[in-house]
Amino acid sequence: MYSIISTEELVPRVRVYRISAPRIAKKAAAGQFVILRVDDNGERIPLTIADWDVVEGSVSVVFMEVGTTTTKLSRLKAGDTISDIVGPLGNATEIDNFGTVCLMAGGFATATIMPIARAMKAAGNRVITIVGARNKDLLFWRERLSAVSDELIITTDDGSAGRKGVVTEPIKEMLERGERIDRVIAIGPSIMMKFSALTTKPFGIKTIVSMNPIMIDGTGMCGCCRVSVAGQTRFACVDGPEFDAHAIDWDNFMARQRSYIEEEKRSLEICRCPSG
Amino acid sequence: MAKAKIDLNRVAMPKQEAGARRQNFSEVATGYTAEDAKREASRCIECKARNCVAGCPVAIDIPEFISAVKTGDFTAADEIIKRTNALPGICGRVCPQESQCEAVCTLAKKKAPVAIGRLERFVADWEPGYRLKGSTGAKAPKSCKKVAVIGSGPSGLTCAAELARLGHSVTIFESLHVAGGVLMYGIPEFRLPKTIVQTEINFVRSLGVEIVLNAVAGKTFTIDELFKDGFQAVFLGTGAGLPLFLNIENENAPGVYSANEFLSRVNLMKAYHFPEFDTPLKVGKEVAVVGGGNVAMDAARSAVRLGARVTVVYRRGREEMPARLEEVENAEEEGINFLFLTNPISFQVNDQKWVSGMTCQKMSLGDPDASGRRRPVPVGGSEFTLPCDMAIVALGTRPNPLIARSAPGLAFASAGTVIADESTGLTRKAGVWAGGDIVTGSATVISAMGAGKAAARDIDRYLASL
Ligand SMILES: Cc1cc2nc3c(=O)[nH]c(=O)nc-3n(C[C@H](O)[C@H](O)[C@H](O)COP(=O)(O)OP(=O)(O)OC[C@H]3O[C@@H](n4cnc5c(N)ncnc54)[C@H](O)[C@@H]3O)c2cc1C
Ligand SMILES: Cc1cc2nc3c(=O)[nH]c(=O)nc-3n(C[C@H](O)[C@H](O)[C@H](O)COP(=O)(O)OP(=O)(O)OC[C@H]3O[C@@H](n4cnc5c(N)ncnc54)[C@H](O)[C@@H]3O)c2cc1C
Ligand code: SF4
Ligand code: SF4
Ligand code: FES
Ligand SMILES: [Mg+2]
Repeated sequence: MYSIISTEELVPRVRVYRISAPRIAKKAAAGQFVILRVDDNGERIPLTIADWDVVEGSVSVVFMEVGTTTTKLSRLKAGDTISDIVGPLGNATEIDNFGTVCLMAGGFATATIMPIARAMKAAGNRVITIVGARNKDLLFWRERLSAVSDELIITTDDGSAGRKGVVTEPIKEMLERGERIDRVIAIGPSIMMKFSALTTKPFGIKTIVSMNPIMIDGTGMCGCCRVSVAGQTRFACVDGPEFDAHAIDWDNFMARQRSYIEEEKRSLEICRCPSG
Repeated sequence: MAKAKIDLNRVAMPKQEAGARRQNFSEVATGYTAEDAKREASRCIECKARNCVAGCPVAIDIPEFISAVKTGDFTAADEIIKRTNALPGICGRVCPQESQCEAVCTLAKKKAPVAIGRLERFVADWEPGYRLKGSTGAKAPKSCKKVAVIGSGPSGLTCAAELARLGHSVTIFESLHVAGGVLMYGIPEFRLPKTIVQTEINFVRSLGVEIVLNAVAGKTFTIDELFKDGFQAVFLGTGAGLPLFLNIENENAPGVYSANEFLSRVNLMKAYHFPEFDTPLKVGKEVAVVGGGNVAMDAARSAVRLGARVTVVYRRGREEMPARLEEVENAEEEGINFLFLTNPISFQVNDQKWVSGMTCQKMSLGDPDASGRRRPVPVGGSEFTLPCDMAIVALGTRPNPLIARSAPGLAFASAGTVIADESTGLTRKAGVWAGGDIVTGSATVISAMGAGKAAARDIDRYLASL
């Protein structure tokens, strides 16, 4: 059993939990994830490590309440326990002094991009961070991100904060202006990552995405997390989760992500209303 | 003294009817009664040659335990078995006895070997609470030496149990949330109930072995860090879990599973109890299973129990199938259809990109290949499409790459297996032993256990020399 040290709702349906996991904290690096199980009947779900504290022996995860497991997790409070947490899994983000790095985040990935921004900044890069949300009420960690970014650009669908539009627009303009960007890392919903890839491709800029396929073990045993990259089958949990965005078969990836939509819906109905 | 007449009638194993067992995940073979066991045991002639013992990789004192069964002293039989084997309920169920102990039993010459595996299983099941007292197997005095075992499959459990009995302090590190390896995630409930596996693992714990779950070698810790933390020897028993694929068109379409994924969802995550358990599973109406080994049989038989019509597609003939004959027969009884000399060449998908068919080619058998089996060669113009809404690929597995990427000093063969001494399991890295599937590639539970035991003996010698 692993105890939850603290919980905080960042914006509606997005929460940050600090979980006691000393072994994982000692090894964590930007870009890696954990797999957890809430209870004994639970499934295994991956969540990116959003922060870690070696002294306290904790890791933080930021998750969006979307289905059964994240709903069960949302019901827990500080002091409660979860059955399992394992990690750090996956490869760490390649960190180097590339020059100018543009980080793009959508949804919960605002949190996931944080350790990458911090490491890229520490490595001497000029860091441009672009965060997209539907509206201003869904934005969080703005101060934390500005502290590790040379430039922080906010986009909202309705223009309630930052500029109106989607995350790909600012980068497209920068590239069209001829601004130099040496590397792009885009993390968020698949559709956002796909369009980020399409935006940078004509400019030939190395673009990395963090893939979030359905997983079970996270150690290369089940093959559930496979992704077609440049025509080859790769396992996101051990070969990724980061891959070259321009080489991914996005249609296949998104079809695989939808594999259990009906079952997930049914499961969530039961989870919300256990007696019925 | 007049020679007693040899009884050549093996006592049959009671089984659930095929029609009934297609509907449930309960054990197919229901086990001997005490009367059955005594009757079968009485067939053993307790021959001087003791051939059977040599055929058992963990060298159980077979004639002695069978003799105790004859007299109805099942507790004594259990103690005799547990002296050398910590996992008898598991072995009695899944050992390929027909090619191990029973193959060399003196009565095998008369085609009626003593049913050693069934008797072993009976004894293990007889008094399941008793084993937890941990009184079995005299323990050596504490040595104050620390050994780390990585992986809690049969090789790791056996190595750990043996080292604990020799007085060493042993910690098993396991990456999953439960111990047992393939016994938990691969072999289905209807052949090996998970409560049996956990009871036997608790017996290993009762010998003093600590099991740390959710700890991945190469990620949570490295082998070199274990030495820094005070472990004096390391045994690697991480198996061969990485599934192989066909590398054909549309193989990554949703609906195409590796056998490991399908079986993990079903066994490890209990998806057959969805939505009571949270892990979802979609089972097709028409399921195609590719492969001819035990894993293919387990996947096919699990799918049948989940309500599917199942076709197994295998590129060679029935005789060449690597699966145990007993399991092939069980599968046939359960209504599974077989297409032999057939090989998939691509998958078809529907509008939702979900798998909708598997295009195959007929094969004929040519000259023998390196393995001595006749090589299948495609028959021109024989393509046809088998409609299916789910496909399970069971082609075999390789050792997982995590260890190789994180353990400098270990040497690997081209198949990704760790190079280790055949009789001791010692690897090329000082202080590190390995055994089981990580060394041999996919093999058997009992060979993994034999390797774990041999390594434990060598580790014990090494620790004494420190
Ligand atoms: C490497 C990686 C890192 C991730 N990091 C984060 C993160 O930091 N924060 C966050 O909110 N989400 C993250 N996710 C996604 C998160 O795992 C899913 O949102 C979660 O599994 C949904 O579970 P559920 O039962 O609540 O919802 P469900 O209704 O069961 O699922 C919703 C959707 O999530 C996906 N999903 C379902 N089960 C799994 C599974 N076992 N593994 C992966 N995806 C699944 C499916 O596409 C599904 O349609 C990450 C995924 C991966 C692979
Ligand atoms: C579906 C199926 C059916 C089978 N049926 C039979 C049968 O009927 N009879 C038979 O004799 N054999 C059978 N086998 C083969 C048999 O199960 C294996 O040969 C045996 O389990 C190998 O044992 P092992 O200890 O080497 O590895 P495994 O059982 O594979 O155990 C390895 C363990 O190590 C863990 N691990 C892996 N990597 C790491 C890491 N980096 N850090 C920490 N832990 C790690 C794994 O999670 C696992 O728990 C079957 C196999 C399968 C897949
Ligand atoms: S462990 Fe296997 S080989 Fe040994 S006696 Fe039992 S069934 Fe036979
Ligand atoms: S070889 Fe067969 S008959 Fe002889 S002791 Fe062993 S089990 Fe009994
Ligand atoms: S999650 Fe099982 S192989 Fe990647
Ligand atoms: Mg879910």
